[in-house]
Amino acid sequence: MWWQWIVERIALGLHIPDGFLHAPVALLWWLPTVIAVGIAARAARQSLDERAVPLMGVMAAFIFAAQMINVPIAGGTSGHLLGGVFAALVLGPWAGMVVMTSVIALQAILFQDGGIVAMGANIFNMGIATAAIGGWLARPLLIRNGVLTANRLWIAIVAAGAGWLSVMAAAALTSAQLVLSDLPAAIVFPAMLSVHAIIGIGEGLITAAAVVFLASTRPDLLQATPPSGPVMTRIAAIGVVIAAVITAFAPLASPDPDGLERVAEDAGFITRATDAPYQLLPDYTIPWLGETPLSTIIAGLVGVAVLIGLIWGMSRLLRTQPPARS
Amino acid sequence: MADTATAEPTAADDGRVKTWLALGFIFTLAWLPAGAWDALIMAALALWFVIGWKRIGLWMIWRRSLIAWPFALAALTLAIARPGAPVFQFTIGGQAITATDAGMVAAATVMAKSWLSVQAMLTLIATTHFSELLTALAALRLPPVLILILGMAYRYLFILQEEALRMLRARDSRSASIPGQPAGRNLFWRATITGRMVGTLFIRAYERSERIYAAMLARGYDGRPVTATQPPLRPTDYFALIGGGIVCVSLIVIAYI
Repeated sequence: MWWQWIVERIALGLHIPDGFLHAPVALLWWLPTVIAVGIAARAARQSLDERAVPLMGVMAAFIFAAQMINVPIAGGTSGHLLGGVFAALVLGPWAGMVVMTSVIALQAILFQDGGIVAMGANIFNMGIATAAIGGWLARPLLIRNGVLTANRLWIAIVAAGAGWLSVMAAAALTSAQLVLSDLPAAIVFPAMLSVHAIIGIGEGLITAAAVVFLASTRPDLLQATPPSGPVMTRIAAIGVVIAAVITAFAPLASPDPDGLERVAEDAGFITRATDAPYQLLPDYTIPWLGETPLSTIIAGLVGVAVLIGLIWGMSRLLRTQPPARS
Repeated sequence: MADTATAEPTAADDGRVKTWLALGFIFTLAWLPAGAWDALIMAALALWFVIGWKRIGLWMIWRRSLIAWPFALAALTLAIARPGAPVFQFTIGGQAITATDAGMVAAATVMAKSWLSVQAMLTLIATTHFSELLTALAALRLPPVLILILGMAYRYLFILQEEALRMLRARDSRSASIPGQPAGRNLFWRATITGRMVGTLFIRAYERSERIYAAMLARGYDGRPVTATQPPLRPTDYFALIGGGIVCVSLIVIAYI
C-alpha cells in the first residue's frame, strides 16, 4: 500500500512532533500524564529513598543507550527496543514510568525526537502505558512473593507477549490522538497497527531474550525491586490501561467519521479498511449526536474522561496509604 | 554541542528567559488554526529575526530541522481526509484519491507548525546549556526528583551510549557478513543476541549506578537536592519576557480575528 510507506516512516519512532495534535487534544493528554508521573515519582522515591536519583537517572541513560542496539532485519532496515516493558519488569512499574518519562523528555529536548506540546501524549503512549503493561500485567505473572519463577520458557513467553502488547498499545494510543486531531482514521489505524504488529515482534523477542538472560545471570536484580503496591492499586492501574486502549479505539466506533471513509465507500475499498481487528465496538456512537465527526470527538473525550477518572481514583487509593518513609 | 554555547552572543542571556520564551512560542504555535498564514508567517519572521540577531546561524538551524520531515509526510494524509472542494484527483492501485482544498490547507498548516516548533527547540538548545534548561524547568515547579533524574540521565547518557557503541563494534567485528545481507542466522537468532546485549548493558548500567550512589554517599549525599540559588532576573530579562509574551499574544489575536 502506498500510504503504508508514509506511515512506516513515522511509525518506527512513534514520537509525535509538535503541530500534529490539536492543542486541546495535546493538553488533555498532559493531564493523565502529569498525574501518573507525579504518583510514580512519589512512589518510586518512597520505595527507593535516596537511591532513587542515581538509579533512575542511570537507568534512563541505559534505556537511551539500549535503543541504539539494533537488530538487522533485512535490506538495511533494522529495529530496536522501545524499552518500557523491560524497564518496568526489572525496576517495577512506578520506577519504569519515571525512567521512560525521562527518556522521552530528553529525546524531545535534546534531539527533537517528538514535540514539546505533544510530549504529554508521547510520555503516556510510550512511557505510562508500556510500563503499566510490563509492571502490572507481566511482572505479577513472573515474580510471586518476591521470587522469580524458575520456568525459563514461561518467562520468555510472558516477556515477549508483554513487549508486543506494549508496542500495539502505544501505536493504538498514538493513532487515536492523531485521529482526534483530524487525521483520517481509515488510514492511520490500519497502517499504524499493521506496521506495529510487526515492529512489536522485534520488541517482544528482544525483551524476552534480555529478561531470560537476566534470569539466568543476575536473578537477584529482577527480585531486588519491591513488589508493586496493594491489590486495589494494581486493579485500578490495569483499569487505566484498559480505559486507555478503549479510548484509542473509540473514534473508530463512529461509522462515518471523516471524508476519507466516504471516499473509501464510494471507491469500494471500505470493506478492506474495516477488516482490521478493531470492530470491538461496532455500534458505539453518542446517540443524541448521531454519526457526525463531533460525535467521534466526544466519544474520544468520554474515553479520556473515564481514563482521568480512573487515574484520579488511583491517586486517591494511593493517598490513603500510610506514608512509607521513616 | 551545548558546551560551545559559552562563545555565543546569547550566552549572556538568562537561560530561564530563553527556555520560557521557546516553550511559550511552541505553545502559541499549537493554538494557531488551519490556514492562519499571516500569523504563521509572522511567527516565522519573529523566530528568524531572533536567530539572525543573536547570530545563531539560520542555515544550521534549517539543516538540523530536516529531522522533522519524515513525520511531516503523515500530514499529507490530511490533504485527502478533509471534506472540501476537490483540487486534484489521482489513482493508486485502482483507487481514486481526491485531495481537497481544505485538506491541503490543513496539511500545509501542520507542516509549517511542526517545522517552526522544531526550529524554536533547536534555537534553544543551540544556545542554552542543559543545566540552565533544568533550572528553568525547576522554576516552573517540576518535581525536584524529576529534575535531578533528568540531570543524572544527561550526565551518563553519553557514557552509556559509548558503552553501547563499543558493544555494537564488538558484535560487528565478530560477525562476518556478505555485503547487503545481515550477519548471523535468522531474525529470531539475531533478536536473541540483541536481547542479551541489552541485558549485559543493563547489568553494567545497574552496577555503575551502585558505584555512583556509593560515591555520592561518600561525598555527603543524603537524598536532598543541592541547588545553587539563582540570581534574580534583570530588567533586560523582563523586557525580553514581556516582548516575547506580546508577540505570542498578538499571533493568537491575528490568527483568530
